[in-house]
Amino acid sequence: MGELVLAARGLSRQFGGLAANKDVSLDMHRGELHAVLGPNGAGKSTLINLLSGDLPPSGGQILYRGQDISGWSPDRRSRAGIGRSYQRTNIFPAFTAFENCRLAAQSRTPRALHIFSRAQNYDDLRSAADRALEQAGLAARRDIVAATLSHGEQRQLEIAMVLATAPSVLLLDEPLAGMGSEESQLMVTLLQKLSADHAILLVEHDMDAVFAVADVITVMVTGQVLESGPPDQIRASLAVQEAYLGGGEPDDE
Amino acid sequence: MSSAIKTPRAALLATLLVLSVFPLFGSDYYSELLTKIMIMAIFAMSLDLLVGFTGLVSFGHAAFFGIAAYAVVLVSPQYDPSSLWLVLPAAVLAAAVAAFVVGLFVLRTKGIYFIMVTLAFAQMIYFVFHDSPLGGGSDGVFINFKPELRIGETQLLDLGDAGHFYYVVLLLLVATYVFLRILLRSPLGHALAGIKSNEHRMLSLGFPVFLYKLAGFVIAGALAGVAGFLSACQFGFVTPEILSWHQSGNVLLMVILGGMGTLNGAAIGAFAFVVLQEVFSALTKHWQFLMGTVIVLVVMLLPGGLASLTQRLRRLLLGGGSNG
Repeated sequence: MGELVLAARGLSRQFGGLAANKDVSLDMHRGELHAVLGPNGAGKSTLINLLSGDLPPSGGQILYRGQDISGWSPDRRSRAGIGRSYQRTNIFPAFTAFENCRLAAQSRTPRALHIFSRAQNYDDLRSAADRALEQAGLAARRDIVAATLSHGEQRQLEIAMVLATAPSVLLLDEPLAGMGSEESQLMVTLLQKLSADHAILLVEHDMDAVFAVADVITVMVTGQVLESGPPDQIRASLAVQEAYLGGGEPDDE
Repeated sequence: MSSAIKTPRAALLATLLVLSVFPLFGSDYYSELLTKIMIMAIFAMSLDLLVGFTGLVSFGHAAFFGIAAYAVVLVSPQYDPSSLWLVLPAAVLAAAVAAFVVGLFVLRTKGIYFIMVTLAFAQMIYFVFHDSPLGGGSDGVFINFKPELRIGETQLLDLGDAGHFYYVVLLLLVATYVFLRILLRSPLGHALAGIKSNEHRMLSLGFPVFLYKLAGFVIAGALAGVAGFLSACQFGFVTPEILSWHQSGNVLLMVILGGMGTLNGAAIGAFAFVVLQEVFSALTKHWQFLMGTVIVLVVMLLPGGLASLTQRLRRLLLGGGSNG
């Protein structure tokens, strides 16, 4: 198991009287894919929003490489290497798929404020963008305007944009939702490949995919961690079966 | 595809050619009107950087125009012409510094709040000049001698000379246009476009969005300062009215009339606005009624502004050609 990269310690988030996250602790190691399962409303997306900085926590700590980053802004966390994707596609609709990724890669360069050079002339950004599109299986759709891509392709672009920022931590909020089976398969393969040298947090409803790729699974119910461990332990857990797996279809909305 | 790109370039060159030779053939009256239009075009393009390209609808852009104009007054000596080397940079710097300070506050707000807060700051600056003796109070102040450009004993340019002034304005118009075109295709330009498209995602990709917006705001303010400098030089007279909210509203209307997010549109909008103002005010005292009607019609019938008219025409002509 690799080094501890990102850790939540007693993290909580209140929305008025509702505790969307309550005393959540989890560890993310490099080279490990950590999946978070739970029924709708379990607080999985809130957890990702807390880790990425989209939401400030009401209590607890977020440690990145041992440093408390709970007060950092989302852009600072991103620059430090924590990349995230969104459950609801969050792209630049009027730009081509390539420009979406090129702009993402540009966020890594300190020369972004240069105003007399052409953005399109930076070879390293272009190759980072092309590599990301290739990884996400979108290379053939490179020059298509993002708004006209199919829903599944926009999901792929969502991932490609994060990859273009070369993060060391990936927070993926339901990346497979809305993808066709072929793309899902591609994405699962990609996740397996990426998990070798990234710390990945995967929130996903697709059980087969989760049990296929996860090294560690954390099950959340009503904002709290119910159980956390390797897939076999989770599969065998009575508490999990009772609270979640046995409780009918998790996707039932 | 390539012809679609070449046509506007040809139109640009033709416009430049006409502007270059106009004073040789046109009357003084029309040359002066054209000078005023070109100054407003610089002003409108500077605002388009915010409204059309970054998605920041500023309703206080006249503040920077006006501050630069007052800077001309404040750095000009009473009984001698000032040096262009000194007064132009001073005016632009004053506008840029003001934009930086105002930007630090207003860029923390969004949407309708941004519109209101920019307006509030501009009104504060308006009343500073209106109610204090700094620039002659509500009566305004004359600039006795226009700036000149000298090297040693030789006077190269005298902005008091309408001919010289016309070409200085034309040069600065071209420079502003070229500068903004270069800026828009730079990494900063692409980042501003990203902010306009999806600010939230820009943040999560790691862009310090506030700093980028501040950079855009300062650049737009500085360019408005170029226009304000020229305006002060053209009329030799500065009053608080040039930084009132009417002026901010007018320049916003120019951008909307011409078409947001296309630099050409801002210039076309400035042209249309000033010409219509001229024509309508010759017709009737109630010219603003006619102006309002035109603006409503353009917004309803041409959502892309006047700049989209040429594209529509081309599509119409090309479409007709393929049918016939």
